[in-house]
Amino acid sequence: MDYTEKVLEYFRNPRNMGRIENADGIGKVGNPVCGDVMWIYIKVRKNEKGEEIIEDIKFETFGCAAAIATSSVVTELAKGKTLSEAEKISNKDVVEFLGGLPPIKKHCSLLAEEGLKAAINDYRKKNKK
Amino acid sequence: MENKTIYMDYNATTPTDPRVLEVMKDYFFEKFGNPSSIYEIARENKKEIEKARQKVAELIDAEPEEIFFTSGGTESDNWAIKGISFALKNKGNHIITSQIEHHAVLNTCKFLSKIGYEITYAPVDKYGVVDVDFIRKSIKKETILITIMHANNEIGTIQPIEEIAKIAKENGIYFHSDCVQTVGKIPVSVKKLGVDIISLSAHKFYGPKGVGAIYIKKGTKIETFIHGGEQEKGKRGGTYNVPGIIGLGKACEIAKEEMEEEAKKVKYLRDKLEKGIMENIPEIIINGHPENRLYNTLNLCVKYVEGESILLNLDFEKIYASSGSACTSGSLEPSHVLLAIGIPPEIAHGSLRFSLGKYNKEEDVDKVLDVLPKIVEKLRKMSPFWEKK
Ligand code: FES
Repeated sequence: MDYTEKVLEYFRNPRNMGRIENADGIGKVGNPVCGDVMWIYIKVRKNEKGEEIIEDIKFETFGCAAAIATSSVVTELAKGKTLSEAEKISNKDVVEFLGGLPPIKKHCSLLAEEGLKAAINDYRKKNKK
Repeated sequence: MENKTIYMDYNATTPTDPRVLEVMKDYFFEKFGNPSSIYEIARENKKEIEKARQKVAELIDAEPEEIFFTSGGTESDNWAIKGISFALKNKGNHIITSQIEHHAVLNTCKFLSKIGYEITYAPVDKYGVVDVDFIRKSIKKETILITIMHANNEIGTIQPIEEIAKIAKENGIYFHSDCVQTVGKIPVSVKKLGVDIISLSAHKFYGPKGVGAIYIKKGTKIETFIHGGEQEKGKRGGTYNVPGIIGLGKACEIAKEEMEEEAKKVKYLRDKLEKGIMENIPEIIINGHPENRLYNTLNLCVKYVEGESILLNLDFEKIYASSGSACTSGSLEPSHVLLAIGIPPEIAHGSLRFSLGKYNKEEDVDKVLDVLPKIVEKLRKMSPFWEKK
């Protein structure tokens, strides 16, 4: 598999790996074909302006090297961002950050985007009223 | 081989034995002639080719006239299956194979099914042993060929070939066996097995890549597959791969002499590896038959983690193994072999294959046993399915 140095580096030393107990939102996504699964946990707080910010974010991933690297990158990109900013992070941003992914591995980055969005949605659902 | 690296992927390919390389060398320059020509270096080559044929025949207990050189296992499988199918197309159109064959067999069958042949895929049990009764019951008057591999490349399970061959014979059906993983590793006697055709490949037992052979029992009705010149009695066209064939012959000669010794040594290492892994890593499944399994093969599923991630981490440590898992083979689905033996897809994704060979040393096994538990622990910590204890 032709992974970039960056992918291998993030795979080797993933950032933000683990679980957040009492997370404010959890996104659980998976790809039925390859069987890979990604869970994203977020902790949200309001800043002085009253905006909701991702204070902490962690991931757990059962998957290939690309899935692990993209999980790690998406959590790094989202950390400290407001929810509306974080929602705009797309799989393209993740792939770009990693310097590309082999074609067959593009869907792994989609999983990262979806996982983050699912976590935010989960938070919103729980904090509706 | 570079001594810092640990190669445990011998079922994929083996390094060429230096003694094999040595005998091949001359045939690239000094003795480069085309054996089909008339002058002396050509005649010399022809003689050497016949000697190589003799050595292949001796290794598998056949007659030299029953050996034809090919480009390797895939070509031999194609020739066997298509050759019989085309030769017997007026007799029938039904082929029986198994769900766990190599893609060289499976995709050949798939092709034939598109042009009017009917294929039955026999299931296997949880050890990967093909259901012989199913084969017996699947036979009908249109059945022209049964093709079942001798040992499976992924899990190493050895099939009851003699029993199936007997059934084929009783019903007047040709029987082909893909012996790519067994010839050169374990004793293979075509007479004892009772087969009509087998495929073999040189690079699986320390010979060069790009050369192999097919055994076709005298009297078998089979169509030519590669049409061309008069080589191989007109049955297989194409200029002789002289160095390759000479190399194959030498590899057969060495295998015949040293196979038994090596088997003992390699089995010891494989068993040590297996035991060590079982003792040091929880929740491991060993795939394949407990006894009837290639002595060099260890296929296992590491629950809650994905095979590619383990392989890459091993690669960082310069340990080369393989995985039935998707990602390495360029497709995303888990191994068809593991699914056929009933491993659920999410577990099949965590598969790992170590296949050992004669250049492995005890310290290689120790090294793997040292690093693998750490790798698995690290990856499991990352996995949402792993309950932290
Ligand atoms: S192969 Fe599916 S997520 Fe990587």
